[in-house]
Amino acid sequence: MKILVCISNVPDTTTKISFSSDNKELNTAGVQFVINPYDEYALTRALELKESLGGTVTVLNVGLADTEANIRKALAIGADDAIRVNLKPTDSFLVAQQIAEVAKNEAYDLILMGKESVDYNGAQVHGMVAELLGWPAIVPAIKLDVAGNTATLEREIEGGKEIVKVNLPIVVSCQQPMSEPRIPNMRGIMTARTKPLKVVEPVSGEAKTQTEAYALPEKKSGVKLIDPANAGELITLLRNEAKII
Amino acid sequence: MSVLVFVECADGKVKKSALEAAFYGHQVATQLGTSAVAVAIGEVAADELKNLGQYGITKVLHDTETRLKDYVSQAYVKVVAAAVEKENATVIVLSNTNIGSGIGARLAARLQASFATNVVALPELAGNSLKVKKSVFSGKAFADEVLTAPTKIIAVKKNAIEVNTVGTHEAEVESFTASLTDADFTGAPRETIRATGDVLLTEADVVVSGGRGMRGPENWHLIEDLAKALGAATACSKPVADVGWRPHHEHVGQTGITISPNLYIAVGISGAIQHLAGVNSSKVIVVINKDPEAPFFKAADYGIVGDIFEVVPKLIEAAKALEK
Repeated sequence: MKILVCISNVPDTTTKISFSSDNKELNTAGVQFVINPYDEYALTRALELKESLGGTVTVLNVGLADTEANIRKALAIGADDAIRVNLKPTDSFLVAQQIAEVAKNEAYDLILMGKESVDYNGAQVHGMVAELLGWPAIVPAIKLDVAGNTATLEREIEGGKEIVKVNLPIVVSCQQPMSEPRIPNMRGIMTARTKPLKVVEPVSGEAKTQTEAYALPEKKSGVKLIDPANAGELITLLRNEAKII
Repeated sequence: MSVLVFVECADGKVKKSALEAAFYGHQVATQLGTSAVAVAIGEVAADELKNLGQYGITKVLHDTETRLKDYVSQAYVKVVAAAVEKENATVIVLSNTNIGSGIGARLAARLQASFATNVVALPELAGNSLKVKKSVFSGKAFADEVLTAPTKIIAVKKNAIEVNTVGTHEAEVESFTASLTDADFTGAPRETIRATGDVLLTEADVVVSGGRGMRGPENWHLIEDLAKALGAATACSKPVADVGWRPHHEHVGQTGITISPNLYIAVGISGAIQHLAGVNSSKVIVVINKDPEAPFFKAADYGIVGDIFEVVPKLIEAAKALEK
């Protein structure tokens, strides 16, 4: 079993978002970057599959050198080796092209990643990679098992779930409760230092989108408090004032 | 230049999110001086499709091939791509659902198109480009994104735009068949299990959600009864799903489901930044918590500081008394 897990480097989920004075960049001062939480589900499930079926887990990140701390963390958790495509990930299509290029040259059975990144929330890269490789994409999956050349998955649909059986290779995007993310232990941290991290230059491609500016949502005007003794008044306000029910 | 809308259907009906996509597509078509055509896949009542005319759709291409009964990304993308080609569409509008964004991603790679998800407003024309406003950082911010490729795909976030009817005419429904092979159906579902509950969380206009303040799963009937009285879906915070009081598919927040209902009622949820990120695009937020310092009150429109076990029964009673 040869598995590729794609990880993104995102602001920690507790981050209060702010932007540069021209609103063109995320203000990264004091922001801690982590492995995208959804990608952690993908990574842990990949490691579990490797442990039960044998094989290798390679971690791939499209990013500049500042993402290497989190790539090393993935290695410390148990990935065998890593590839960093040396490119600032500004556009989903550009990222998908890089991943597909890496995958084209290696016979991966599975490409796993999170259902979306918690920064740009594109939820696009998995579908694009699958299309570029001509593979099925099962997104978003909440369960993944592999036996021989066949994967059995549970895929979340609006209003329920589907059970899918499909031959490898496939692209899968992951979300809870796919697996329980792991914390690296000391031994993992020590061995991660010696595991191979290959840096490759990007293939040429063209971004299809450009982010021009960011903005924060408008602040709420303030909460209207209702006396708990007359709680039912809330329902009246929601109907007559907010006109929402 | 024409606009094609992918209309998502389920259980023989056009989904509400698809009506939003249809109306959005119509508005974009009007901006561009063209018309909006829709493509629908699978079994759906003809009247449902004709009714799309009220939302500005002139024609619906309907592919009813039996193998398309269930969603399979490769096959659906081929159908939509064939419709794009037939209509010479340069803008494609979809709903920002699992299926909509799944099709959009594959289609973007196939057509070398620009693709924006989580779009919350009508685009601005900028030469040959379109500029869209999209929700980013899990609802903590917005981005203005310019779609530069000749073909542009937009996935519209639920409840982000107000839908109006634009007339009474019926859309013309035209039978449509894309050329599909068995290989396009690799990964077709073996079994579909529908979630229990009357209202789907992702489709709901009103959501009632419980947190650790509920003290235990045995008290969840309060959330369910209030939801029932309001015709709402139920949800929960991450800690509640983590301890197993409620299933993970009810977990709303930054790493769970991001929702944008018209009304979100949070009961016994303090409002951690990750929870807020998943719900703060709700139009109206109500917070009920005994702790007046709960951070959620800062994001709320209405609040009640009080014991949820006293407050919620009063709300249920008042909601039941409403004339529907």
